[in-house]
Amino acid sequence: MSTAHSRAAAKAMISPAVLLLLCWMIVPLSMTVYFSLLSYNLLMPGMEEWIGLTNYEFFLTDPAFFTALSNTLLLVGGVLLITVVGGILLALLLDQPFFGQGIVRILVIAPFFVMPTVSALVWKNMFMNPVNGLFAYLAKFLGLAPFDFLAHAPLLSIILIVAWGWLPFATLILLTALQSLNPEELEAAEMDGAGSLSRFFYIVLPHLARAVTVVVLIQTIFLLSVFAEILVTTNGGPGTASTNITYLVYAQSLLQFDVGGGSAGGIVAVVLANIVAFFLMRMIGKNLEA
Amino acid sequence: MARAVSTRRKLAVTLIAWGIGIAIFFPILWTILTSFKTEAEAVAMPPSFLFFDWTLENYHEVQERSNYFRHFLNSVIISVGSTLVGLVIAIPAAWSMAFVPGKRTKDVLMWMLSTKMLPPVGVLIPIYLLFRDFGLLDTRIGLVIVLTLINLPIIVWMLYTYFKEIPSEILEAARMDGAGLRQEILYVLTPMAVPGIASTLLLNIILAWNEAFWTLNLTAAEAAPLTAFIASYSSPEGLFYAKLSAASTLAIAPILILGWFSQKQLVRGLTFGAVK
Repeated sequence: MSTAHSRAAAKAMISPAVLLLLCWMIVPLSMTVYFSLLSYNLLMPGMEEWIGLTNYEFFLTDPAFFTALSNTLLLVGGVLLITVVGGILLALLLDQPFFGQGIVRILVIAPFFVMPTVSALVWKNMFMNPVNGLFAYLAKFLGLAPFDFLAHAPLLSIILIVAWGWLPFATLILLTALQSLNPEELEAAEMDGAGSLSRFFYIVLPHLARAVTVVVLIQTIFLLSVFAEILVTTNGGPGTASTNITYLVYAQSLLQFDVGGGSAGGIVAVVLANIVAFFLMRMIGKNLEA
Repeated sequence: MARAVSTRRKLAVTLIAWGIGIAIFFPILWTILTSFKTEAEAVAMPPSFLFFDWTLENYHEVQERSNYFRHFLNSVIISVGSTLVGLVIAIPAAWSMAFVPGKRTKDVLMWMLSTKMLPPVGVLIPIYLLFRDFGLLDTRIGLVIVLTLINLPIIVWMLYTYFKEIPSEILEAARMDGAGLRQEILYVLTPMAVPGIASTLLLNIILAWNEAFWTLNLTAAEAAPLTAFIASYSSPEGLFYAKLSAASTLAIAPILILGWFSQKQLVRGLTFGAVK
């Protein structure tokens, strides 16, 4: 039962948050749109001029853009594949009764709390380094030649580093979803003679479908913007071999000072993210009604 | 019929689960161990696992050479500061959306969430230029502002899902008894909302502590939090494994501990209530 008085109060209480977010969204975003239509380089102040869509033309026809786009898709897809498949398997495992469940759970979750710059540097130097890394030692131990991960498979290496950080997230969410599965349903199926594989495909997997969708969509939002891991390991290289769209825009604007071109790239990134966001918002919106 | 789990099966699962758990945790464990080695032992082949001369020298050196504590303090100020400011703005908003929902409450919530999906590179240049012009580059206050804004949607959402669970009958009862808005908030709502607020606080500090796009792009030496400071080890300092490890251990330890306490809230907070 709300009165006119409390309604007015409610409005007043929401407005600071709404106004701040509105400013945060509209002011910089419209500036980006504006810059993207200018020829604007920070090294040549005062030379800005209106050039229409030329920046977009350059950005979208730049070979680096296609590399970055495919790298972005590979990075997102690769990490999703590892974390979702790995997460389902891990969640199934951790859902079984065993000794020390709490401790193992804590060990598995831990990588999620490691800041990206630390995890990237630890993997790069202490594991993937071709001379002093542990992997190089293992390779020598097994009589193989050490592999220079970041020089010869930079994107794959970054995918592995990022996946290590996100695997706990997927596991935790899938485990939570798994625990809400009614055990009687599984028992009934077992009594009816369903094997463990068919129980998994016909009962467990459909039950997890929703949680998997949530994991995929939320991770995609974050994975489209992977930045720190690339910055501290490869700087996007060799060449543009591990440059994603986020890194490309960063390089163009803050390393080459090309504000116009960088802004056009930023808008392209926004459009890409919006496509994903559209689906995510529908999922969450449906849940809000339920 | 309850399913009896055979001991043998349980032992097998225990073995596999511990093996995988330790494997996943290993990079962190290795970093912690290496931080107590000398530089020579850190790159020794074969690597020594536990039997080396344990030393605290690296921690001392990291502090001496780079004023580590300053960056640690920056991280604390920026993550806690942005979280507290965010809570002050978000609590009233979430409260009114949960208890006085209007026709457009749902739209407002969804719209707030959509701002979270704006990729940071989309606004990198304007923010950078505005910060430069207002003298906010490489300042703690500048980062507090940005991190408050990027995490505000998550704070509002988390609080909203918690507040939603407080039965509104209680508020009505309080109103019947003549409680005003102020008393309602102070005596009825606050005690019931504290656990939700605490979880939100915890999760948000973790997110802000580890944020590594804006902290890397908007700071240099003065206001750099640990994310940016550690990045300076990318070369060639990073080849000093023991020191890199010491700096890393100190950077992740506090958040690892906070994180373990908040694992339950993590699911709810990061899925915006879609999975509980």
